[in-house]
Parts: sequence; structure tokens; C-alpha cells
Amino acid sequence: MSVAMSSARVRRTPSRVDDIAGLGRVGAGLFMAPALALIGVFLIFPALWTIYLGMTNYRLTGLAAADPDFVGLDNYTQVLGDSSFWWSLRLTLVFVVLSGILGQMMLGFSIAWALRHLKGLAKSLTETLVLAAWVVPGSVGSFLWLALLDRRGGTLNVLLDSPGTAWLINYPMASIIIFNIWVGTAFSMLLFSSALASVPPSQMESAEMVGATAWQQLRDVVIPNIKGHILTNTLLITLWTFNTFGPYLLTAGGPNGQSEILAVYIYRTAIPGGQLGKGAAISLIMLLINLVIALGYIHLARGKKKRA
Amino acid sequence: MTQSTAVQPASPAPLKKSRAGPILASRTVKHFVTRVLFALAMGLVLVFFALPLTWLVTAPFDSNPTMAVRWPDWTFGNFQTLLESPYALGSIGVSLILGAGTIAVVLTLGSLASYALSRVHIRGRDGLLYALLLLSSVVTGTAAMVPTFQLITLIGLIDTHVGVVLVLAGGLLPTVIFILKDFMDSIPKSYEESARLYGASPSQILRHVVVPIARPGLAFVAVWTLVQVWGNFLVPFLLLRSPETKPAAVLMYTFYTESGQVDLRLISAFSLVFSVPVIVLYFLVNRRYGFRFHGGIKS
Repeated sequence: MSVAMSSARVRRTPSRVDDIAGLGRVGAGLFMAPALALIGVFLIFPALWTIYLGMTNYRLTGLAAADPDFVGLDNYTQVLGDSSFWWSLRLTLVFVVLSGILGQMMLGFSIAWALRHLKGLAKSLTETLVLAAWVVPGSVGSFLWLALLDRRGGTLNVLLDSPGTAWLINYPMASIIIFNIWVGTAFSMLLFSSALASVPPSQMESAEMVGATAWQQLRDVVIPNIKGHILTNTLLITLWTFNTFGPYLLTAGGPNGQSEILAVYIYRTAIPGGQLGKGAAISLIMLLINLVIALGYIHLARGKKKRA
Repeated sequence: MTQSTAVQPASPAPLKKSRAGPILASRTVKHFVTRVLFALAMGLVLVFFALPLTWLVTAPFDSNPTMAVRWPDWTFGNFQTLLESPYALGSIGVSLILGAGTIAVVLTLGSLASYALSRVHIRGRDGLLYALLLLSSVVTGTAAMVPTFQLITLIGLIDTHVGVVLVLAGGLLPTVIFILKDFMDSIPKSYEESARLYGASPSQILRHVVVPIARPGLAFVAVWTLVQVWGNFLVPFLLLRSPETKPAAVLMYTFYTESGQVDLRLISAFSLVFSVPVIVLYFLVNRRYGFRFHGGIKS
């Protein structure tokens, strides 16, 4: 059957239309080869190599750096039996839920919702400020927060008249969560404003005609219409928040690992700590979690398409 | 505002004639309270986003900047400090080199690959594209930092800009191919047909016909790549060691962590000079391309 189908397609669309540039299969392969090679070496290979590295006792310096031994699953049993790993994983979960899903998405949606009927200065001012926080390079943004939260002369302590309060030491998790909301809300705001613009105005009007409250409009008209956007946004925000290295610039995981989310934990184990093998093992766990998030999203999106 | 005017004609006042007065009164009160709360919430949101940013605007022009935001004692002297700093301008140059290098790699390889993908039917093409895109979002710089560090050390590119460019390009290419293929698909094929009639080879067609037409798409990808590379901290932080090779993103961090005495005049001026190019580029492109630009801007 497949032969019949393919020959039918060939007859319908002569090969010249399919291959307008005269590249041919081989030419196309040659055109694609450099890009695929680069992706293969610097993206796919590292991911696969993590599996092997995680089973060695590779170290940054010393004997095991020159001649690492194969240690099997030792790193994994060590990591999974290490309370600091579970601690870090829990912090990461809290971080993703509070700063990504609740913080960025809720705030981004609320701003988009509030701005939908506004025009002029108020709208462009809000949008510009939220966007600027996102566009400013990460190391600048984090210094702006260091200045804001500074113990001795920071703006926040001046405003609250609370000199000497060390926000980053007393509330490290709250600090990086709020910092990350500040950095990332722009994306959700932009995505949701374009989603809200796609909701058919006729549906909104008829909801208003029957006297639906704002909350009812939201629940019965808006959310069903932008389900796909919400799903996409959730996936991207979850992946990005899970993988962000930004908090390192603010607290470097401290004090005493109190804000050591997984990204920072890997870095501190592998590079300053020198335990590359163990770091690779945690990396693989992180890659697998990323994969699960992405596949879960694809699964949900497919299910949605089928039902529709 | 629009909401209230639309709802009022539909209010069920005629049905409950006797209680219409108090209901309307309570409604206006409620409406007023809602407006006030709304304005208050918006004000809080504005303050939340503006407060940290204010320092970036005031401190660089203050002759004696402090950590706190305050009305500056106007001067341009801090930018003089910046010029005299041994690494500051050099690091911005490094950021430019990394940006230009990554753009060159990504545009060359990306346009070749996306052109082939756009014009030749290869089985499993869409699957390949989506798999690459999925891969690039799963294999992030953070999750792959250990093997990347090892790989670059092994091939002797540690502490070189080439290593950083290759790693950055590898991570960005799937998205670039995806975006460029979209642009290539929209180019009419008749130009290439006539070029072929006159005997042009595929690479000639690409260079002299497709690239000139696809210029807006290529410009878009170049700006997108520059913004990505400009702010990227982790990859150069991981792969570059000596201070004179560090780009601005990393130098900024060492300014406030490694030097014993934080020089706020230098840091504030440097922050502004380092941020302005991306902010300007961003708002220009944003105006021109809209939301499409934001797709994967900060990954």
C-alpha cells in the first residue's frame, strides 16, 4: 500500500517541484551535514556522554583526573543516599512552583488581563518596565537586586527603615523566588496578552450581555479559549525555571546551601568541588527530569488535539 | 471602564423595581472600591518592577553612588572610570566577538540546513525538526554543564573563545533552523526555477537568490542570537578562566564578587553600558516583529 501511495504522490507532484533547487538527496544531506555535526558534537554527544561520565570517578584535579576508574552505579547510590541531594531537589521544586508556575504565570496573566483594556501611558509604562527587567543581562539584573537588598545601605532597608536586615542571609529562598519572578514575568505577560487578543470578542460580549462577572468570564470564556497557550507557557516556564542558573548570581546557593537549587548544586559539586563524576550523575538525573517534563507536555498536547 | 459601561444596560434592575435604588448605590460603591483596589495593585506591580531598575538609571550619573537609590549628584565621571579600568572595555569587546562568532556560525550552518530542509522532501523531516527542538530544550546549558566542560577540556578548547562559540552555537542551532525554515518556506520558488533554467548551481542559487530574499529572516536570527549570547553567563563562566578573555556578563559578576572593595562608580557605569545595546536592539526588533521574537529569547 505504501508503494502505491508513494508512486501516486510522485505522479501527482513531479520531482522537479519537490526539489526546486536541484539539490537532490545527496546535496540536501551535504547542506545539512555541518549543522547536524555541530549539534551532534556539542548538544547530543554531551547528553549521551553524561551517562558514561556519571559512572566514573572523574575528578577535576589529582590522580582520578588523569586516569579515572569505572565505578558503575556508585555515584548514583551515593547521590540518591545523600540528604543534600534530596534537600536540593526539594528546594528546586519549591522554587519552580512558587517562582515559575505561581509567581511568573499568575503575575504575567494578571498584568496581561489588567492591561487588556488599558491604553496609552499606563500600558506602555507597565509593559516597558516588565520587559526591561527581562532584557537586562542576568549579571546586571542580579546586581540590581544585590543593591536593592543590601544589608547596610540597600534601597529596601532605607524604604522600610530596617537598617541592617540581611535579606539574602535571613530569607535566601524567598529572595531568589522573588528575584526570579521579577526576571521572568515578561514572557508570561507577552504570551498571555497575545492569547487574550485571540479570544473571540463576540464570546466576551455575549458573556457581558448576560451579566457575567469578570470571574465568570474568566472561567467560562477566557480559560477554555486559551488552554493551549496555558499549556505551552507552563511547559516553557517549568523547564526554564528548573534550569535557570540565575539564583547563583544572587546567593551562590548559600548561606549553608539554603538556596542551593539543583543547577547550583551540580555546579558546586562538579567545578569548585571537583567531583566531575558525581556532578555528571546529578546532571543525568536533571536531564531525565527535563525529558519527563517535555514528554509529559507533548502527551498532554496530543490528548488535547485528539479530544478537540 | 469598558466593562462597566457594557454591563450596566444588562443589569436586571427592571425585574426588582423596589430594590433598584440601593442595589445601584451599592454597585457604584463596589465599583469605586474595585477601581481603587485595581489602581493600587497596578501601582504595586509598577513599583516592584521599577524599584531595582531605578538604580541602573541613577547610580551611573551620581558622583558618589551608594547602594541605595537616590537623586544623583550629576556627573559623567563614572564613565571616565570605566575607560580607565583595565578589563572593562575589553570585556565588552569580547562579548562582541562571541556574539559575532556565534552569529556567523549559526547563520551559515543554519541557512544551509534550513534551505535543504525547506526545499527537499526528506522522509521524517518534520520529526527531525521537532526532535531537534525538543532536544535543545531538554539538554540545557545547566543540565549539560559537566559533560560540556569535560568535552571542551578534552579537545583543548578550554579558555578559548572558539570553545564558547561552538557550545553556544550548538545549543542555538536547532531553534535557528526552525525559525529560518519558516522564512525559507515563505520565499516563492519561481526565482529559483528561473535561476536554474540559466544553469545556476544549488550553492549559487542559495548565495545569490535565496539569501538576498531571506535577508529579513537572517537579520532577525542574528539579533536574536546576539541577545542570547550577550547575556549568557553560564557557558563563558564555565569555560573561560583568565580575566582578559572574559565577556562582560562574567566580568560584571567578578566585579562584585572577587574584588575586595566594590567600586560602585565602575559597576554602575559598566552595568549601563553593558545593558543599553540589548535593551535598544530588543525594543527595535520587538516593534518590528512582535511576539514571534520572544519565542525562545531567554533559555
